[in-house]
Amino acid sequence: MAEETVLHHPEIETGHEPFMPADEFASNSPMKVSYGKMMMWYFLLSDAFTFSAFLISYGAIRMSNAWWPDPNHVFNAMPFMGHRKIPLGFVSIMTFILILSSVAVVLAVIEGHRMNKKGVLKWMLGGIIGGAAFLGCQAWEWAHLIEEGLRPFYNPFGPDEKGLTHLVHETLTKSPGPVAFGALFFGITGFHGFHVFTGVCLNVWGFFATLSGKFEKVGHYEMIEKLGLYWHFVDLVWVFVFLAFYLL
Amino acid sequence: MEQTIEKIATADHGHGIGHHEEHHHVETFINKYIFSQDHKMIARQFLFTGMIWAIIGGLFSVLFRVQLGWPDATFPALEQLFGNWFTDGKLDPNAYYMLVTMHGTIMVFFVLTAGLSGTFANFLIPLQIGARDMASGFINMLSYWFFFASSVVMFSSFFVSGGAASGGWTIYPPLSALPQASPGSGAGMTLWLISMTLFIGSTLMGGLNYVSTVLNLRTKGMDLFRMPLTVWALFFTAIIGILSFPVLVSGVVLLVFDRTLGTSFYLSDIYIAGKALSNSGGSPILFQHLFWFLGHPEVYIVILPAMGMVSEILATNSRKPIFGYKAMVFSILGITILGFIVWAHHMFMSGMNPFIGSVFTLFTLLIAIPSAVKVFNWLTTLWRGNIRLNSASLFSIGFVSVFISGGVTGIWLGNAIIDVQLHDTYFVVAHFHIVMGIAAFFGMFAGVYHWFPKMFGRFMNETLGYVHFFVSFIGSYIIFWPMHYLGMSGVPRRYYSFKEFQAFSQYDDLNKIISMGAIMVFIAQLLFVANFVYSIYRGRKMTKDNLNPWQSNTLEWTTDVEPGHGNWKGAIPTVYRWAYDYSKNPTGADFTPQNVPLTEEELANESKKH
Repeated sequence: MAEETVLHHPEIETGHEPFMPADEFASNSPMKVSYGKMMMWYFLLSDAFTFSAFLISYGAIRMSNAWWPDPNHVFNAMPFMGHRKIPLGFVSIMTFILILSSVAVVLAVIEGHRMNKKGVLKWMLGGIIGGAAFLGCQAWEWAHLIEEGLRPFYNPFGPDEKGLTHLVHETLTKSPGPVAFGALFFGITGFHGFHVFTGVCLNVWGFFATLSGKFEKVGHYEMIEKLGLYWHFVDLVWVFVFLAFYLL
Repeated sequence: MEQTIEKIATADHGHGIGHHEEHHHVETFINKYIFSQDHKMIARQFLFTGMIWAIIGGLFSVLFRVQLGWPDATFPALEQLFGNWFTDGKLDPNAYYMLVTMHGTIMVFFVLTAGLSGTFANFLIPLQIGARDMASGFINMLSYWFFFASSVVMFSSFFVSGGAASGGWTIYPPLSALPQASPGSGAGMTLWLISMTLFIGSTLMGGLNYVSTVLNLRTKGMDLFRMPLTVWALFFTAIIGILSFPVLVSGVVLLVFDRTLGTSFYLSDIYIAGKALSNSGGSPILFQHLFWFLGHPEVYIVILPAMGMVSEILATNSRKPIFGYKAMVFSILGITILGFIVWAHHMFMSGMNPFIGSVFTLFTLLIAIPSAVKVFNWLTTLWRGNIRLNSASLFSIGFVSVFISGGVTGIWLGNAIIDVQLHDTYFVVAHFHIVMGIAAFFGMFAGVYHWFPKMFGRFMNETLGYVHFFVSFIGSYIIFWPMHYLGMSGVPRRYYSFKEFQAFSQYDDLNKIISMGAIMVFIAQLLFVANFVYSIYRGRKMTKDNLNPWQSNTLEWTTDVEPGHGNWKGAIPTVYRWAYDYSKNPTGADFTPQNVPLTEEELANESKKH
């Protein structure tokens, strides 16, 4: 039953033939990237389509509503500041934290190119802390909005206290504002938050793999680069989510 | 294994060259047959799972065709077999909708996506581009096991209360969103969504592997424009999957929220049994857009691999270079791009703005151009060829035939104005079954007959293959040709029975003929399965002196009878030419495989060009 197989690498095995037309392309990626990074890029492209579909759905539903809550009014709370209203203050801090963590990961990648294990560890840790802090902020914001009464099926933010009168029938639980607001907010920021959470987990793994000297042994820190690609993508998606939910 | 792959990766990255040490690896039963990372084994796993699904999906169509063909008869025997799907020997209406829905889901996703593209992308890409294996054997293995898990979940949904999903394979809300809507919209629909999520995971992992393998792991000399058309087709198929399935993820996630959290993404103003639901502000049309953004590219996911294999098999068996190689590549590219911008032609009747409808009509009709380029290239490849008729080439020729008949009706349906009349009639059923169902199946059969010796080291029985082809070919037209007439006279699809409709019940005889055709074709497929299983154990053996039985040019025929993991025992062959040097070529032979060095004359011509 047991059978031995020997694997060889094509690069090593071939290339002793006299004439090799077009051999500049052989065995090489036309984009000159390794297959791992290629996979990551295609995965991100794929994920970008998922988020685009979400954000386009958001746009479609929002446009079909005659009235939409004003983000300056909905997102104006700040922890430890009592009832002082600071429109978009907290979310700006969140965004800044996420961008800082992206910067940290860039620095980790640069240290990786220099084969500086300590530097990689330092900046990966920075990236992880930033990501975790972002998730903490998001948890606070969700908790606050839930306290205010926002639900996936109920939206307390309406045009006036009496509530919208656009709706059909008596059995309806009256929602003062368009119900889709809560559903879209929790759905899309939740999906993004899930990506951040995954990214933090991956970065933690990358941190410990660096610590154990795995990449030093392999001879390069390409894995950190791949984690970085994912992390910047998550950051970039947030920019669009931020635009759609908070700025527009 | 993982280490070896890792080594390939590092070498590929330019670090590992020079540290060449032999890596020995002992195979056990589990890592050879079950959790295998060998692309050839994974391909066979996809093929077997796909075939089991195909039998189930085909059986379902026979069951509902029995109802449509003989609406008054009773079948106590079927009640014995299928229990409460049949009450008093008659198919239950809810079971009818479940069977129709699951027939579509199974055939489109499990058979023609996983079974076709999963099988042949896995099998052919590394072998034809000259790679030891996929870029990541581990992710490739996961891809199969996600598909397996998805299959188990979908299969289990037949046994839950209310049965499997029954809202149509397109799972339009509100039918799919409200458990009250139909028995199948309860637990069955939940399992459908879970299963499909796993399935998308599988497609994504497979696709990432196919793309990066094609781009990064080609052997020396295999530049992109020397790749066989199969590889080109499978490459673009993978890209379509990577870009379109994620949009279905979004649609499905929002649907899950509507079902579980009480959100109103797709629901608004709904009364059930006189009681109003609290959902408001959602739009079912939004779901249709998200669904068809996958759903339309999905038909190209289904058909492109078949097109690629047919190109390869037709060139081999007409002993002629493929006509218009580059035109073939660019028409695949054209189909890929256009395939993404035509989705709303499935929704002409959803009340969309007629201007938007005309834009989608325009793009839809444009797809006829690359499709026609391909058809003419196949015909001109056959033209004056020294045609060898075997099961594989017969199915390929059959493919071209059904692709033409089904493609022509596509031009009708692509016109918004004609679609208004034909929408949701049997004309549509006939169109898409011929052009993507039968055609893709024929491509798959051609592929199985052609590459069976490489997969299992034995040949399939040719006589049974001929019978399989002619019964399937004639039977398919018996089933679907009359459906065009039904559709043109307005007979709607998905109806359980036409007894109450005088205008439609006059076609009962035609429906009987269609049902008889369906049963006949189903039996022919069982014959194929028997031939397949028998040939694995008892078929004529492929021998060491006949390693290239079809006298084909591609690299997979340079391997051993049953290549081990790693594909080539020694060095990977270097490639010097394209895959289609048949008959007229400078070496003077009838065919010149890709790994044969250029002759003096060719070298001279080559240097003249530079």
